[in-house]
Amino acid sequence: METTTDKKYTFKDFASDQEVRWCPGCDDYVILRAVQKALPEIGVNKEDVVFISGIGCSSRFPYYMDTYGMHGIHGRAPAIASGVKLANPELSVWVITGDGDSMAIGGNHFIHMLRRNIDLNVILFNNEIYGLTKGQFSPTSLVGQKTKSSPFGNTQPPFLPGELAIGAQARFFARVGGNTPKEMSHVFIEAEKFKGTSLIEVLQNCPIFNDGCFSKYTDKDVREDKQLFVEHGKPMIFGKEKNKGLVLNGLKLEVVTLGENGITEEDLLVHDAQTQDPTLHQMLVRSEYPLVTGIIRGFPDVTFEERVSALVEEVKANSSFTKTDDLFFSGETYEVT
Amino acid sequence: MIEAKEETQKQVLEQVVVRFAGDSGDGMQLTGTQFSDTSAMFGNDVATFPNYPAEIRAPQGSLYGVSGFQVHIGSVEISTPGDNLDLLVAMNPAGLKTNIKAVKPGHMIIVDADAFTKKNLEKAQYESHPLEDGSLENYQVIEVGMTSLTKEALKDVQGLDNKSIIRSKNMFALGMVYWMYNRSKQHTIDFFNKKFKTKPELIESNTKVLNAGYFYAETLELIPNDYTVAPAKMPAGTYRIIMGNTATAWGFLAAAEKSGLELFLGSYPITPASDILHELVKHKHFGVKALQAEDEIAGISSAIGASFAGDLAITTTSGPGLALKGEALGLALMLELPLVVVDVQRGGPSTGLPTKTEQSDLLQAMFGRNGESPVIVVAASTPSNCFNYAYEAAKLTLEHMTPVILLTDGYIANGSAPWKIQSVDDMPDIKPLKVTKGDSDWQPYDRDEETLARGWAIPGTPGLEHRVGGLEKDKLSGQVSYDPDNHQAMTDIRAEKIKRVQNYIPELTPEFAQEGELLVVGWGGTYGNLYAALKDLKQSGVKDVGLAHFNYINPLPKNTAEVFSKFKKLLVCELNTGQFASILKMQFPQFTINQFNKIEGLPFGTNELVEKINEEIS
Repeated sequence: METTTDKKYTFKDFASDQEVRWCPGCDDYVILRAVQKALPEIGVNKEDVVFISGIGCSSRFPYYMDTYGMHGIHGRAPAIASGVKLANPELSVWVITGDGDSMAIGGNHFIHMLRRNIDLNVILFNNEIYGLTKGQFSPTSLVGQKTKSSPFGNTQPPFLPGELAIGAQARFFARVGGNTPKEMSHVFIEAEKFKGTSLIEVLQNCPIFNDGCFSKYTDKDVREDKQLFVEHGKPMIFGKEKNKGLVLNGLKLEVVTLGENGITEEDLLVHDAQTQDPTLHQMLVRSEYPLVTGIIRGFPDVTFEERVSALVEEVKANSSFTKTDDLFFSGETYEVT
Repeated sequence: MIEAKEETQKQVLEQVVVRFAGDSGDGMQLTGTQFSDTSAMFGNDVATFPNYPAEIRAPQGSLYGVSGFQVHIGSVEISTPGDNLDLLVAMNPAGLKTNIKAVKPGHMIIVDADAFTKKNLEKAQYESHPLEDGSLENYQVIEVGMTSLTKEALKDVQGLDNKSIIRSKNMFALGMVYWMYNRSKQHTIDFFNKKFKTKPELIESNTKVLNAGYFYAETLELIPNDYTVAPAKMPAGTYRIIMGNTATAWGFLAAAEKSGLELFLGSYPITPASDILHELVKHKHFGVKALQAEDEIAGISSAIGASFAGDLAITTTSGPGLALKGEALGLALMLELPLVVVDVQRGGPSTGLPTKTEQSDLLQAMFGRNGESPVIVVAASTPSNCFNYAYEAAKLTLEHMTPVILLTDGYIANGSAPWKIQSVDDMPDIKPLKVTKGDSDWQPYDRDEETLARGWAIPGTPGLEHRVGGLEKDKLSGQVSYDPDNHQAMTDIRAEKIKRVQNYIPELTPEFAQEGELLVVGWGGTYGNLYAALKDLKQSGVKDVGLAHFNYINPLPKNTAEVFSKFKKLLVCELNTGQFASILKMQFPQFTINQFNKIEGLPFGTNELVEKINEEIS
């Protein structure tokens, strides 16, 4: 667990001296600033923060943070970050990854990180495209999407990051639009507070290779009508007029209008992020109208490092070995004179 | 068939080679280990060679399912498991058929006669019965109904099923061999008590069968000789028998303690390296953090993360695993972080021969990465010095801030030998280059002038926040740099850093001769065999043949060319098609280098080496 700090940081304290080199208009700038704004509120010492990334546009992120950081290799950030956290559980360790990095080349590390539940904060920049290699389809690109490597349309069905993650036992999954920095900062702070692997999918627009990929959900004028931002313990209400809600009809989610057919707020689903059963969380992840954002799942569970350290303590308590000589000279030794 | 001698005579032998062979489920590895451990406790020098199939339980009685364990014990210095056998114990026809060639003519074969059924003979592809057709007349064959005698010995023991009874017949064989070589049974009985603590019926049954074999041999007129092998003269001290993989694991434990760091292992199971993982996971009491990762890449990547955060980080693997780790290893050398990669070499390419030995990963260790990516490469050469070279690999990586590949191989990793226990107090100091205070002038790629190693600033240290990455970095600040001159400079520095390690490693000292006709050159796990061959030659009067054996491969010892220049001819012997020879040819084009290579999944035999060397000098 990270020690909190008395130091009063501002977002500027977390900005490195490096010039940020993303394309103009990229949501990555918004995410960077949201992280820099969240960290002072989290109250962790700068020297205790580590950003680990893989490869891709988003993975340049650590260079722009004035903390410890490593720009790793493609797909391996979860494994590198796991090593950092196990070596020093006191650190606040963040993984920066993209849809190609985490779900194509790094898919294996991604699912095993989630399964183990190591206390990492993972920000997944999903733009449904390979940006750094100039526009090939990614594991989240849509069927039919025309890209550099699918000029006649993509034939590979996409992963839904939340569905994959919860299937891999993610205890914490949140989704936010790439143009809502306040919601983002809120989610980042909650992710850091959560003990275990916290995965945040940011719907990030790529203005160069996949412009407008999420605009039907994220554009300012449609956002409130198309997105439901869930909060634990609160009824699932959305819409500009705050008059739409979600109910469960059999095994399906259904959108209802408050005041119509006698529907009141009491009839709506109340969000329970903390329940172990992921059934409803998966339904929320899959919902296309409304698109559900916010912390969809936050089930508190034992972390990997808690299991490891409990075991180490137990073994230590039951062992008479304190130094290697105790081991080397133990058991079946014999003297030669 | 040679008739058994009537009278019993005591014979003192300098050395004896025994091989136990049977089905992979017959417990031959355990039997051999017990015999070698007992002999070592008695004071013999020992060397072992387990040789088993990749299948866990191959079909019973099949030729390819034969598992063997060879033990060489001596009152003299023993450096190999031996070429030819004084005694073969064959638990079935397949064990006999696959091993008979190794038995010295006139020497002894003990067989479980009960296993020589028609069915088993067919499985072993015998056309006629080898015990009856006269084909073994050049050997002393002792036929023992081991299965039935084992059953008889256990008829009064309660609570055993037929399978457990038959499975303990290996202890009957061991009992016989113990009697033949005057070994005490106590070590093995102690072993039963420990291993079967919760199953008293197995302690009783195994002890009974061991005793039954022992007394059977004693009372049997058929056992012709009462051999004994006197204790060997070895330097005074406390010893234990150690397997190469265990010694490797312990070397890292010692290095972690000495350096004051915690040990982190990121690893994925692979034969024959897995035993290092098995050993290290036991030692949580020393704070060892071992992550069994989802794959080889996560194994090394988690180790890189742990190294970044300040642990002594290692990853362990075998051939194909090293291929998978290549990219991450490049990252570690680019970051200039400490990391040891252990490669327990096995037969390749691809899946190759997972349980057999080979030295064919050398060029992969040297060059198996993209870009100009030199790393330090060291190789252990005996089961017990795996301890020293694991320790040395850790010391080098921590003091030079660049990855080290430690090469061992299946032969020394699975082989065991006496180890004169080394206390951590007597090991050389290890000084990690941690940067501790936030000096405003500090730069992430500031270097030590002598070694060119950079400082190790770990997360949690105030004021030293910095970023590293796989992109080329500015030679001082570590920031991303695409500057042409800087890339040239960094490439040169990374190479020079490795070269300067020469100043910190021992010079090469040839054995047997310092100058002369022929220098036999080896590296890594072939040392014991080469040493034995040179010793044989010396005993037969050959004088001016030397042995130069390398443990430091990259960089090579400083005086390598000087040593080579003292001999008229060079003969590089290795278990591949000439990989070390090619490195030497590249670095020392002035010398003519001859090669002796073998790639059969087996270690060199002493005899074939002697023959080849004689050919070279005649």
